[in-house]
Order: sequence, then C-alpha cells, then structure tokens
Amino acid sequence: MKNKHIIFVKMAIWVCALLPLARLIWLGVHDDLSANPVEFIERSTGTWALAFLLITLSMTPIRLLTGQVWQIQLRRTLGLWMFFYACLHITTYVWLDYSFLWSDIVKDIIKHPYVIVGFTAFMLTIPLAITSNNFMIKRLKKNWKKLHQVVYLIAILAILHFWWLVKKDVTEPFYYAAVLVILLSIRLYYKYSGNKHLNSKSSLSSKVSINKAI
Amino acid sequence: MIILNQSKRNPSNIQPSEITPREVFEHRRSFLKAAGFALAAGSALLLSGKTLAAEKVAFKAGTGQKINGYSKTAYGAGEQLTPYKDITTYNNYYEFGTGKSDPAIEAVLFKPRPWTISIEGHVKKAKSISIEDLLKLAPLEERIYRMRCVEGWSMVIPWVGLPLASLVKWADPTGNAKYIEFISANDSLTMPGVRSPILDWPYTEGLRMDEAINPLTLLAVGLYGEYLPNQNGAPVRLVTPWKYGFKGAKAIVKIRFVEKMPLTTWVKAGPNEYGFYANVNPNVDHPRWSQSSEKPIGRGLFADRIKTKMFNGYSEQVGQMYAGLDLNKNF
Repeated sequence: MKNKHIIFVKMAIWVCALLPLARLIWLGVHDDLSANPVEFIERSTGTWALAFLLITLSMTPIRLLTGQVWQIQLRRTLGLWMFFYACLHITTYVWLDYSFLWSDIVKDIIKHPYVIVGFTAFMLTIPLAITSNNFMIKRLKKNWKKLHQVVYLIAILAILHFWWLVKKDVTEPFYYAAVLVILLSIRLYYKYSGNKHLNSKSSLSSKVSINKAI
Repeated sequence: MIILNQSKRNPSNIQPSEITPREVFEHRRSFLKAAGFALAAGSALLLSGKTLAAEKVAFKAGTGQKINGYSKTAYGAGEQLTPYKDITTYNNYYEFGTGKSDPAIEAVLFKPRPWTISIEGHVKKAKSISIEDLLKLAPLEERIYRMRCVEGWSMVIPWVGLPLASLVKWADPTGNAKYIEFISANDSLTMPGVRSPILDWPYTEGLRMDEAINPLTLLAVGLYGEYLPNQNGAPVRLVTPWKYGFKGAKAIVKIRFVEKMPLTTWVKAGPNEYGFYANVNPNVDHPRWSQSSEKPIGRGLFADRIKTKMFNGYSEQVGQMYAGLDLNKNF
C-alpha cells in the first residue's frame, strides 16, 4: 500500500475514533446518558479504550497470518486513540465521579483490587504514549521495543479491571478476554512453532515498517 | 372426499398420543402471547431507534394505575425525590437481565395480577393471601425513603405500602419463628433472566424477626402514588431503607417463617462480599465499592458524591436492634 493510501486510512481511523466521543456528547446534550450518567461515561470510555487496545494488538497477528505489513503503520495511531479514551476514562473517574476528592480517590484505589489494576494499567500507558514519537523510537533503539511490550501487561490488567468490576454476569469481559487470548495465542504460536519462513519474513517486515513509520 | 375428511376430523379417531397435554397447551399459548408482546415491544424499540430505548418505552409518572386512598407520612420530609424516570429505568432486577436498563424493557411481559403470597413455616396455620386482601390488611401509606445500593449509588423514593408487621401479625407465627424468608417469583416464561444461572433462583432474601416487625420495614405496593411498575418489583416488594438495596426482595410469592438464619441469594453468590444483615455501613468497605460515599442518582452529571450515613441515616429507628453485634463481622 502506498503512503498516500495509508494517510487516507489514518484519516478514516480518526473520524471513526471520534464517533464514540461524539455519541457521548450528543447523548449528554439531549440528557440521554441514563439515570447514572457518570457510570455511563465511565463504562463507554473504558470499553472504547479496551477496544482500541485490542485493535492495536491485532495488527501484528494480522501480519503473521496474512503476511500483510502495511497495517503495522497504524499501530501508533490506534494505540494513541486507546490512550485518548483511557485519559477520558480516568478524567471522568477523578472529576465527575469523585469531584477531585483526592483522599477519597486514594482510598478507593488502594482498597479495591479492580481499581488498583485499572489504575496501574493507566499509569503504564503513559510512558508508552510519551515514547510513541519518532524521536523516542530512534533514541531508545532496541529498548523501545522492550518498553512497548508492556502493552501486553496493560491488556491483561485492563481485562482484569473489567472482570473484577462486574458483580456477577461476566459475559462481556469474557468476550474481551477471549479476543485477547486469541491474539496472544497467534503470537505465541508463531514464536514457538518454528514457522521460520513467516518468522524471518515478519521480523524483516517489522523493521521495514518501523523505517516506514519514521 | 368430504366424507373422508370428516371421518378424519372425527374426535373419536384421534389417538390419545396425539392429544397435547393441557399444561403444554396452555404453556404454548401463553408463550405465543408472550412472544407476540416481545415482538411488539421489540419493534417499538427498533422504531424509537435509540440506544437508551428503555427510557423511551418507560412510562412517565401519571401513566400507571393510581392508588386511591393512601395517607401521607412525615417520613423523608424535605428530601429531594429522585425523578420517576430514573427510579423506573435504572434497576437491579436480574430476573429481567443484568443491565440496569434491561428490567424496564424485559418486564413488559410480566403479569402482577392475579397474585397470591403463600405463608409457610412456623405459623399456626399455613395459608395464602391474595394481593387484593393484602392491600386491605392495613391502611396504605406513603413513605419517602432513601435507598442505598451496595454499588455506591442512592435514590430517594416515595414508596406506597404497608408495614410488614401487619402481615406478620396476620400470619400468626409461632414461637419458633426467628427469621423470615422472602422468596421472589421465578417464572422463566416472563422473566428471561432466570433462564441463565447467574444467581441461584429463585431470589431469596431474609430478615430477623425484630427487623421484620420494625416500624420502618415496608411491604411496598406502589411508588409516586401509583401501583409498582413491573421493573420495580410489582406487585409487592420488601423495602428496608437502612439496608443495602438488594435486601428488597421483589415480586414476593412466598414468605416462610423459619428458625434458622436463611441462606440468602447474594450471600450464596459471594459470602465475602454480601452478608445476611447488609446494613448500610460507611465503615465496612465492600471489596469492590467504597461504602463511605455514594453517588445520588438523578442530580445530573456534576452532582457531588454524598457521605454515606450509618444505617443510611436511620440509626435512631434501627440502631438498638444491633447493640452488641459486631458489625464488622456481621456485615
């Protein structure tokens, strides 16, 4: 795929990625955010952060399965949208839910496992967002890849956060967990199955794609 | 041909094995009816074309059936009521689904009349009472109570009902009755939630006898001056305002007077998270939710949390019942 096309795809991602936020604003203006609007916004932004995380994580499995490499260039855009919704999520929690009552927030975080894991996941996304620019990619070199592998931990923590939050019916977090398990299994399969052909090709193509991104 | 046809239709020719049993037949008929309703409700939802369709389908105050003849009381004077729309579209009623807006949609098929409650266990004589007779057992009164959910949100609801004490008196329990168990409806036909084993159905709750006859304890039959909407527990539900909301068993079909503390549904589901007493207590945290403060429902996006009070602010009326009880252990 040519650069021109990639730019077009990225623009489409921008438009689509703004839709969940636009929906929240629309519902908010029309007083349609349910009886518990804060919970509604927390749920919606949290769900979209998780969705963008999983979409970001599916770019490499797509490469492994199809040999296609162009979509690797979308990882940063998608990952930053995950960060965007994670920021909205935590802002809603700190501002709308807890009205900046820091002592209550600290208590809530340290006392409740589901908040701890969610908060940890968010804190871990910050260094990834900061180092997502070309300058940092060049500067950190090999360490950049190591650092950004934290994304797997973030994904696991985010799903735990969702799982532990649910009172009894874990159907929804289960679906997200299943997607993550599938995505990670594909990676592990290619890593350990000795599928050298695809492996060599993919390590080459990842270098190419990073260069392209730069 | 005609003769042949007639002979075929002759009832005497029908094999007994071909006859649909009455129960199956009736079940099928009510199922078809229910399916029809569901289809109608479903298309209404599609037509309204909104994600939060529950709020569009849900009835506004004044559309339900008015309760004639109930008296106002001083309970909750000066409290800011939660809007009717919020009370009737934001429900934890897992028999109709685990989403907060599910019950308002799914409960349209539920039929709260005719209704009888059977009274069993340690009573002089097991008997049952129809909803009509229950309504005449004591004068109906309006009571504005705060409701604190274990999930950290709260409402202020103008219930209409009668003290549970009047039903206990009518039931005439024996000296062995130390606790009361409340069992909710469990009809898989009209309650889609009970088809999945999310909780151990039927929903079961319980109270100690002194809690049951405490003047605060209400059998609610209405809210905002109208008979209860299905999603709020029609036709009759329990209201114990000093306890977390899940103690309020809905659509009660059976009341059992028992000697031992009943094993209630949420205690069974998570004994480390939910206790039998479930008294509102800002000092005892739930593993998931902070219990020291709560989010009031219906006050907009920027409403501040409010501090949760001991026994939800009803210490004066109920505190003495728990004197000497370790509330950290008996949460």
